[in-house]
Amino acid sequence: MVGTVPDEDFPLVEGPCRMTDSGLVVSQYTLKVARGTPALLAAACLTARVMGIQNPRALLAGDIGVGHGSSRIYEYLSRSLEALSPRGITFHYIQPDLDWHNRILLKMEELSTRPMLVADAGYMYVAKMSGYASSYDLFTPDVGEMAFLADDKAPHPFYTRGFLTQEEDQIPQLIQRAHKTGGSAQHLLVKGRCDHIAAGGRIVEIICDPCVEAMEPIGGTGDTLTGLVTGLLAANLPLLDSCLKAARANRLMGALASPTPASSVKELLRFLPRALEDLLRGEGWEAERQC
Amino acid sequence: MTFLRKILGRRQPPARSKDQWGDRGRGLLVFDHTSEVIRAESCLRKEGFQIRIKGPPPGLSTGCDMVIEFPLIQELAVRRALAEAKINLKSVVAVEGPLLEPVSLIRVKDFGDYVMVRAANMKLTVDKRDGLIVNVSGGGCPDVPYLADALVGKRLCEAPEPRSLGHTLCGYALQMAFEEVTRLCPG
Repeated sequence: MVGTVPDEDFPLVEGPCRMTDSGLVVSQYTLKVARGTPALLAAACLTARVMGIQNPRALLAGDIGVGHGSSRIYEYLSRSLEALSPRGITFHYIQPDLDWHNRILLKMEELSTRPMLVADAGYMYVAKMSGYASSYDLFTPDVGEMAFLADDKAPHPFYTRGFLTQEEDQIPQLIQRAHKTGGSAQHLLVKGRCDHIAAGGRIVEIICDPCVEAMEPIGGTGDTLTGLVTGLLAANLPLLDSCLKAARANRLMGALASPTPASSVKELLRFLPRALEDLLRGEGWEAERQC
Repeated sequence: MTFLRKILGRRQPPARSKDQWGDRGRGLLVFDHTSEVIRAESCLRKEGFQIRIKGPPPGLSTGCDMVIEFPLIQELAVRRALAEAKINLKSVVAVEGPLLEPVSLIRVKDFGDYVMVRAANMKLTVDKRDGLIVNVSGGGCPDVPYLADALVGKRLCEAPEPRSLGHTLCGYALQMAFEEVTRLCPG
């Protein structure tokens, strides 16, 4: 998993990450889990624990939006990809940089075994902008970002044109359009009131239950979903099955936590292991409140 | 008289649409970082310049950026204002075609005691009872978690404006949400 932490002085760090009683630990650093990449890592680590697999590895640098940490990540990746030879990479909060993105993608194409590629947040933006979105296996946008993926002219969600309505009932059309105009990865997991899973521009699954309205304003709940998918993919589950289980487990985590719009993702993460275990046992989510 | 009319007639510009003339008279201020665009925008608006935030044309775009559109005739004054504010201008280019507009639609969702405002890909949620910022979500640029840390847990009246700390388009969008929620929950 590749991303940034909101601390300018945080160095470039690469190594396994794990959840401990004191928090998320990467290399010798303990990170606060509030949202963003630390939330992604925490969810992936908890998922790995439930699935009984090794902790995933993280590549991190401090960046508060100036792009210095992101540049260090790009540079490190371009140098070390071959040595790392990852089975899969999830790219996350990284400053979009078209030139660096294309260089990294080229390096990945040169590897003897191409890793599975998942992109969310800033890296999804630059992957789409590059015109090589279809080189990715999975994007995990929300509905606003889905409209951006469907807009072949917009380089960032900030410029999504107004005719592309960012409403949930438009998601099927946006998915189709993004696929047609080259803005989509091979698969999509669109986060929303109902989560939509798509393959090749066609919706294959819609997950609406349990529905926890208060999750939308809580920063990091999209990151935990991407972390769940990452953990399940690392456990060798097929991609569509990983998306389906992740969407259900993330919703169940929310239902178990009974959050308000003022809750934090850290409060929700406490329930992730139980949510996933319940789901894997085939219990729990069916009984929850319907939307 | 006929001679004079001929001379004057020759000096008249050929008929053009208003837009064409507008395009020919507009320039773009290009900066290395979005944070400089945000500072330049504040500075130039304060100085009374008629400017607009736009998406860069494809040849200039690097991934997460914006440019400032301004009347080219004011280039000298604009350059002077930026230099006085110690804002590094990378270049000035003439506008040669239509540019992308920033998202202008802002959505508001009511959660009872809380209100969530979404601008582009950014969401800001506030407790209506006391103006406390309780959550920031969405976005994808690295300043989002940084801005969220700075804002969450503070009241609107005491929180820093996102534009004072942000460096990216996501930070700029969060500023739009911040302004709207401040309008909705004054005091």
